[in-house]
Amino acid sequence: MKNTISHRVADFLKNYPPFSFLNQRDLESLSEQISIIYKDKDAVIFAENDKTHDSFYVVHKGAVALKKSQKNAVLDMCDEGDIFGLRPLLAQENYIMEAVAHEESILYAIPISVFKPYALENRTVGNFLIESYASNTRNPYSDIHKDKLYGDDLGHESMHSETHSFDLQPIKYSKKIVTCSPSTTARDIAKIMTKKKVGAILIVDEMLPIGIITDKDLRNKIVTGDYSILTTAETIMTKPVITYPKKMTVTEAQMAMMKSNISYLCLTKDGTVNTKAVGILSKHDVMVALGNNPAVLIKALKRAKKVKEIKPIRNRIMQLLQGYLDQNIPMTLIAKIITELNEACTTRVIEMSIEKMSSPPPVKFAWLALGSQGRSEQMLHTDQDNAIVYENVSDVFKDETRIYFLKFAALVNKGLFEIGYDYCPAEMMASNPKWCLSLDEWKGQVHHWITNPGKNEVLLSFIFFDYSLTYGDSSITSELSDYIFETVKANPIFYVHLVSGALQSPSPTGFFRQFLVEQDGANKDNFDIKRRALMPLTDAARVLILSHSVKSISNTAERFEKLAELEPNNRELYLSCSYSFKALLKFRTKQGLLHNDSGQFIALETLSKMEKIKLKRTFKTIKELQELISVRFNISNIV
Amino acid sequence: MSLFNFWKKEENLFDDNITIDETRFIVLDTETTGFDYEMDRILCIGALVLQNGIISIQDSFEVYIEQDHYDKSTAQIHGILKAFVINRPGESEALQQFLTFLGDAVIIAHHTIFDVTMINRALERNGLPVLTNQTLDTAYLYKRTLIKSHLFERKDHYTLDDLADKFDISKKDRHTALGDAYITAIAFLKIVKKLKEKKEINLNQLFK
Repeated sequence: MKNTISHRVADFLKNYPPFSFLNQRDLESLSEQISIIYKDKDAVIFAENDKTHDSFYVVHKGAVALKKSQKNAVLDMCDEGDIFGLRPLLAQENYIMEAVAHEESILYAIPISVFKPYALENRTVGNFLIESYASNTRNPYSDIHKDKLYGDDLGHESMHSETHSFDLQPIKYSKKIVTCSPSTTARDIAKIMTKKKVGAILIVDEMLPIGIITDKDLRNKIVTGDYSILTTAETIMTKPVITYPKKMTVTEAQMAMMKSNISYLCLTKDGTVNTKAVGILSKHDVMVALGNNPAVLIKALKRAKKVKEIKPIRNRIMQLLQGYLDQNIPMTLIAKIITELNEACTTRVIEMSIEKMSSPPPVKFAWLALGSQGRSEQMLHTDQDNAIVYENVSDVFKDETRIYFLKFAALVNKGLFEIGYDYCPAEMMASNPKWCLSLDEWKGQVHHWITNPGKNEVLLSFIFFDYSLTYGDSSITSELSDYIFETVKANPIFYVHLVSGALQSPSPTGFFRQFLVEQDGANKDNFDIKRRALMPLTDAARVLILSHSVKSISNTAERFEKLAELEPNNRELYLSCSYSFKALLKFRTKQGLLHNDSGQFIALETLSKMEKIKLKRTFKTIKELQELISVRFNISNIV
Repeated sequence: MSLFNFWKKEENLFDDNITIDETRFIVLDTETTGFDYEMDRILCIGALVLQNGIISIQDSFEVYIEQDHYDKSTAQIHGILKAFVINRPGESEALQQFLTFLGDAVIIAHHTIFDVTMINRALERNGLPVLTNQTLDTAYLYKRTLIKSHLFERKDHYTLDDLADKFDISKKDRHTALGDAYITAIAFLKIVKKLKEKKEINLNQLFK
């Protein structure tokens, strides 16, 4: 039945191959017969060796991981618009991989019986499928069985291609080729390359590549003064272009570049200069394919033009994190690098949001990360906690300015959501009018919290006082920090409330020193490492550092190290706190990566005896620390 | 049967063995000429089946109804013009079709009371028995997912737009009956997921 929902489905599918090759009418009638399936995170869509379903799947929202169970290795990650589970249907064999929802996902199930006629009739659709499914990978241009699957063979073909070892995997190259004609001047070329943010431009004549100009050519030939800035491309280009066929493995590409000592390969349809260029492969692409390293990721981030492109980069940051943890690199260093990368993602989202606004920000502002992100302690997927402080403006522009920043914040919050930061359930986000204020308004707010320290005020100040500047003007945040210290100094009673707040976290162990676990809910029988172990340390560190008026250290481990320096007589305890905190954070991060969540809840039975002992040792330190603050701030007087 | 068991039975409408997944839900929305139960009429009913987390597009229901009463002021919301070209059944026939589709499924809507009352008034007018189906309301269920905190102010009313924003559901077909039903269905699935995270939940608990 043709209806509103089928339109909606068709509207989505038309953006992705092979559906993009279908005409509107076919696409709509196909859409009418689709089912929409909701899968919770970790739900299995099909298991290895399962009999095939009568439909294949397209990811509409979320992500689906394809795995081989005996290796437990993720072979492929399907994103929005990606197809999976089709090859076994065509080959009429059982599923050879397992498909699991990597996050909460919505899938479109397309019955093969409905789809097959289109695949047989429409040559472009058929071609795409052959290219995509002849091997195990989704990536086209990777197959070795190119011509076997088409036409009559379709449906009878049984292929048993093995999964490639990594180096032999097909390389992903940039399909957006930047080109110009031989008569373009060097100056225009430089402009084009700057605008498109590329390091090389292809010179084409009647669609065929005849030469290439790279950054290096411009430097060596133009900037040196050897040629005028108005020289045409023809004169300065490197020729002939070294071309390769598009089916290239990572290793082949690497070898080719080394052999000719070049940084760019031109890929053409048949590998010779006599056919159309289909892509450009840069050293950068090879580096990216070879693995994740912070420099490459930062570069990829800078190149991202849409929020959507940042999400895969974040996934790679998580892979990097996993790698670091496996290599046992010190937690302090890991945390620094990963936080840096996560912040770069956020910064990029903010920059993109500013571009989306119709005008630049009217006054200076600062985007603050609050809570665990402010403390640089959150490396995993987590909720957003953020705020905006902007410069004071005169009453005339007050409303206008507020509206601007609220609108801007809404864009950023949505962008962050899209790259994997969930909305804060308590709406502590800059798009909430309460968390988007001018400097004076924030001062008023902070003053209110400090002078009226009820339970809520203390909690709010806990979250807010750990802020760090993600983007914008540091003079504003610095002024706010100074104001907080002054106000707290003038109201010493506030410490007492902070300390009693810090002592309220639930105890990690029971009377018999057994772990106390959650009684209820989805995390029943799991240990809440955040509330029972990490938070007591964080809260205590905050009170102590505030009492010493130490500015701009918000990381808990670093705070304890600073405290050890400031109070030599408690040095040992503080250092042990710092150590414990790092150990706990590592526990949490490992658990989070294992389950693709925040790692807050730990299934105790998965821990080894050694790990349990380690965990319990930190509890002793927590206890001592809590005693210290309760005595120092004389907490018994009010509780 | 002891009195205790009797009460217990009353409270549990469903066999505990029936899971949320197995239940056949009909998610529906109506477009009407206005909000007056007496005066206003239904222009369109859109409904879809949700079972096992699956929505089959073929198995969805969308009917535009021929009505004499028409209110120009609401046309800008639903976009249904009086002389809309699609051939439309009369109210009675449309309702019959809808009842067949509905069966004994559990109804889900956003602000369910409005849609169900509108449908019931129409049924009464046409001499048909009113709906006896169990109903769930995403506007109410959504509130149960919110954290209980003094730091967070709840709103009294959460619109379907609010839910779509929170759950990142495209608002493309907002204010078409079936489009809204689809948004409601996805929102419902996400709500159940959230409630499950908080506490194990079964079908009966959704009705509390």
